[in-house]
Amino acid sequence: MKEITQELEARRADARKGGGEKRIAAQHAKGKLTARERLDLLLDDGSFEEFDMFVRHRCTDFGMEQQRPDGDGVITGWGTINGRMVCVFSQDFTVFGGSLSETHAQKICKIMDMAVRVGAPIIGLNDSGGARIQEGVASLSGYAEVFRRNIEASGVVPQISVIMGPCAGGAVYSPAMTDFIFMVEGTSYMFVTGPDVVKTVTNEVVTAEELGGASTHTRRSSVADAAYAGDVETLAEVRRLVDFLPLSNRSEAPVRPFFDDPERIDESLDTLVPPSPTMPYDMKELILKIADEGDFDEMQAEFAKNIITGFIRIEGRTVGVVGNQPMVLAGCLDIDSSRKAARFVRFCDCFGIPILTLVDVPGFLPGTGQEFGGVIKHGAKLLFAYGEATVPKVTVITRKAYGGAYDVMSSKHLRGDVNYAWPTARIAVMGAKGAAEILYRSELRDPEKIAERTADYEERFANPFIAAERGFIDDVIQPHATRRRVARALAALRGKNAELPWKKHDNIPL
Amino acid sequence: MFGKILIANRGEIACRVIATARKMGIRTVAIYSDADAVALHVRMADEAIRIGPAPADQSYISIPRVMEAVRASGAEAVHPGYGFLSENKAFAEALEAEGVAFIGPGAHAIEAMGDKIASKKIATEAGVSTVPGYMGLIADEDEAARISGEIGYPVMIKASAGGGGKGMRVAWTEAEAREGFGSSRSEARSSFGDDRIFIEKFVTSPRHIEIQVLADGQGNCIHLGERECSIQRRNQKVIEEAPSPLLDAATRAAMGAEAVSLAQAVGYRSAGTVEFIVDADRNFYFLEMNTRLQVEHPVTELVTGIDLVEEMIRIAAGEPLRLRQEDVKTSGWAIESRLYAEDPYRNFLPSIGRLTRYRPPREFAREDKAVRNDTGVFEGGEISMFYDPMIAKLCTWGPDRQAALEAMREALDAFEVEGIGHNLPFLSAVMDHPRFAAGELTTAFIAEEYPEGFSGAELPEGTLRRIAASAAAMFRVAEIRRARISGRMDNHERRVGASWVVALAGRSFAVEVEPREGGAKVRFADGAVHDVVSDWTPGQTLARIEADGDAVTLNVRTCATGFRIRHRGADLDVKVWTPRQAELAALMPERVAPDTSRLLLCPMPGLVVALHVEEGQEVEEGQPLCTVEAMKMENILRAERKARVAAVKVSSGDSLAVDEIIMEFE
Repeated sequence: MKEITQELEARRADARKGGGEKRIAAQHAKGKLTARERLDLLLDDGSFEEFDMFVRHRCTDFGMEQQRPDGDGVITGWGTINGRMVCVFSQDFTVFGGSLSETHAQKICKIMDMAVRVGAPIIGLNDSGGARIQEGVASLSGYAEVFRRNIEASGVVPQISVIMGPCAGGAVYSPAMTDFIFMVEGTSYMFVTGPDVVKTVTNEVVTAEELGGASTHTRRSSVADAAYAGDVETLAEVRRLVDFLPLSNRSEAPVRPFFDDPERIDESLDTLVPPSPTMPYDMKELILKIADEGDFDEMQAEFAKNIITGFIRIEGRTVGVVGNQPMVLAGCLDIDSSRKAARFVRFCDCFGIPILTLVDVPGFLPGTGQEFGGVIKHGAKLLFAYGEATVPKVTVITRKAYGGAYDVMSSKHLRGDVNYAWPTARIAVMGAKGAAEILYRSELRDPEKIAERTADYEERFANPFIAAERGFIDDVIQPHATRRRVARALAALRGKNAELPWKKHDNIPL
Repeated sequence: MFGKILIANRGEIACRVIATARKMGIRTVAIYSDADAVALHVRMADEAIRIGPAPADQSYISIPRVMEAVRASGAEAVHPGYGFLSENKAFAEALEAEGVAFIGPGAHAIEAMGDKIASKKIATEAGVSTVPGYMGLIADEDEAARISGEIGYPVMIKASAGGGGKGMRVAWTEAEAREGFGSSRSEARSSFGDDRIFIEKFVTSPRHIEIQVLADGQGNCIHLGERECSIQRRNQKVIEEAPSPLLDAATRAAMGAEAVSLAQAVGYRSAGTVEFIVDADRNFYFLEMNTRLQVEHPVTELVTGIDLVEEMIRIAAGEPLRLRQEDVKTSGWAIESRLYAEDPYRNFLPSIGRLTRYRPPREFAREDKAVRNDTGVFEGGEISMFYDPMIAKLCTWGPDRQAALEAMREALDAFEVEGIGHNLPFLSAVMDHPRFAAGELTTAFIAEEYPEGFSGAELPEGTLRRIAASAAAMFRVAEIRRARISGRMDNHERRVGASWVVALAGRSFAVEVEPREGGAKVRFADGAVHDVVSDWTPGQTLARIEADGDAVTLNVRTCATGFRIRHRGADLDVKVWTPRQAELAALMPERVAPDTSRLLLCPMPGLVVALHVEEGQEVEEGQPLCTVEAMKMENILRAERKARVAAVKVSSGDSLAVDEIIMEFE
């Protein structure tokens, strides 16, 4: 018995060493923490329960039987974030470069299975050189087992991927199917084929950072939802995000004590919308002033900035916010912004998070680039996502709600639950000038007449009343009372129960 | 007394005048341009009249438009504030012609004092000391040396047509005077084609000190003591105080007497200010007279208890002066800080935009302390490009200079401004500057003490420790709240620890936070214990803390791993780590800031409507470079950092695609 205890201690100690001091020092020198250090930062102190510490690979090719470290390059288990359970895996780059073997994959699958069974989010800390080449197809099968679980867990428990080192080749498709991807600036990259292959095949010369660094994926490709400086900051931000999310689709979004009056009046919002309809303003200011304590966790902040997506709390409860941003491209919808917002809306709907939509949209972006790129189907994604969402939906139109984009942005017709408009709202098929020019084409040569027609159209439609008369908006609210009115609407909708007809799944225009 | 007055101004001064008029039971009329349709002065006044488009020459300084408003309103008098039409003789005359009282001096005084040479002449005749000098033309080196000797060294040798330092020499000896005359003359000839030279006394360590006068035009004239306005940036006053730390009673009386005699010499009526330049030995010389209410008049009001605007209105209504010189008593010390919409971190570049947050400190007047904030803006208001960038004047009063300074430090810390760049950190830094605290001022103070511009104050160790202690205590409060989220595993909750490591300003402090009633005791690794009493709750942007019994006010923004804190002129990134986080953070190599691109790329498809810079031009961070119109909206692209424009690749009217190169930087 004593011998077993001694061996247990010895093997634990060995496993904790990972790839040894030298490799750990090399990891640190690269500005990266080790797999275990990262878990210390991600989870509450002392909350980590490790599984499969003694798992070893079974490969006997290429001399692999000589090296069979405990743990096999990945640490798995569960712990808590602010006392709430999460399942985690953390790849250990110091052991075989974090490469994925059959057993490494089995460890990940085991913890994913548990997460789905108990209803806890899955957080993967990715830092892996890729497949364990010595294992061949066994490694590939491992990836596929993980992929399948990602798919099955999707919509059941929140899945968060943190890219904290390399993540290349097939490995990228596991994070790709999770709900959120965070990257670490400067030390992480993701691509399907690396710079060497790119050069061989296409003659393009590109660095790993350019091809798949945090900047590329947050600004250009939109693969990543956020990037932060360094492991410490990034993992703190993961904890922050988890505090917004429900543990699974079976549990409600969390509630936190809050220190902000739901009745708080903010007079400054009365001047947020500028007098001229062509002047931009910052929709983020409205989000920050509606939110509890001005706390807004923005997702995809650097991509498709003409739409804003992220989480706030109202009365301590999580709310997903989607807002057109007049500061960028006048807040119009286009391919990128539609895709970005659609995915966010669907996430909220999966996990019972109410959606607050702030509308100031002049329409869809015109142009060959958009049409050739398929804006029809991409725009339809957002329409589809809003239409099928059964969570509470509260909408505030602050200014423009023009054309098809009006319909898309959580309108009453898509079963918006509570739709408000500010007095500055103008709900119409298009802007007054464009409308007058189409309606009175014959008068186009007479600028005075057109100006008069424009003014007429403006007077008729540049207000919220036409829509209000038809009941398309429920009330016209004062900007300064927006937080109070939204809070009350959300409170009223807490018991909402809406269901779609049975189907295997929908066929969103992907 | 008047029944209704019109205020021919905007911003804080219009609001200031309206406040006094209201107190006196006089109805007020505001005028406004299109840019000010929802401005504070418009909201405050009983009536408001639109006078034209945003540019001042089509609104606030257009005499016909203002006169039209005066007629339409039926106002019996007009207060011009400062700037705009306040020292415009034609405006005063136009009002007189209509039988409307001008709340200011007579047209003749405005004219006489408006001309630099004429005013100096009148001053000399009235026995006012002026900078000694020789105004005539000087023939040669010998004459220059003789005149310099008469004036007394040091002297300033100046080209008549000079400017920008060209043709200017300071001479401390006869030899330097001879040499300086020659070189100034040749420089003047080549630079300006005009070699006329004159010589005047060079005032060393000059201070700007001015005397407030009040005259009723009926023979009564008094002075209300001085204001020192030496803290200036490029001739723009930044901080003023009353009294001056330099003056003694005798000098004050002498300057006051001269100011009064000048006012009487021009038959002055209303409030006016006589500006002097004063050297370290308290020699004072007349500079000019401002025939209007000065921006910095509140400091005089705070030390004398006299409402200058009320006196101006009474005088304009024909009342004789209610006060005699012996009635004027000053008490305590007052300081004014001008809050400008200028970003001190970007070389004081004007900053325009929306005031997303504007929360001035609470105003009050107590026996031992007073805070006053004269403002013309409000939260949600817009700072436009059309007018003066000054948005508020924060004044404090205390029984002595030290107390007034301390009150100002506190009030600046409690001032919240967001949405635009502002000089609050700079003002705080000056308040804590040892030379300022010692009252050793000159008009070159800012140029000498901040030659490289301003990049934030460096706080002493004691202050950093208090901030660290406060941050640890606040962070613990925030973490305890986080740990109270719903959905926790029963009996396996997170226990928020007592040990924290606070990193700020390159320092790192390991602390233990021991909660106690209403705050915490924070123990540092070296054994020192700081008491932190605070009712701060997460989300509060102003943390009022009692640290070791002293009031400490912090401007606070919460982040995932700590806070952004502004205090005493420093903007600090404060990390509050668990010991494990700190240990691991220490393992990470120093991060090198990534190379920011040397290119300005077009962020969206659009049309270039304006280029704001040229090739070869130096640009400051935040400076507008180019305006691109997209979706019928104008987007201003700004410099991300200080740079020189190497090449401009587009021209106005060009249509651009995303990521097209607009300009390159060196």
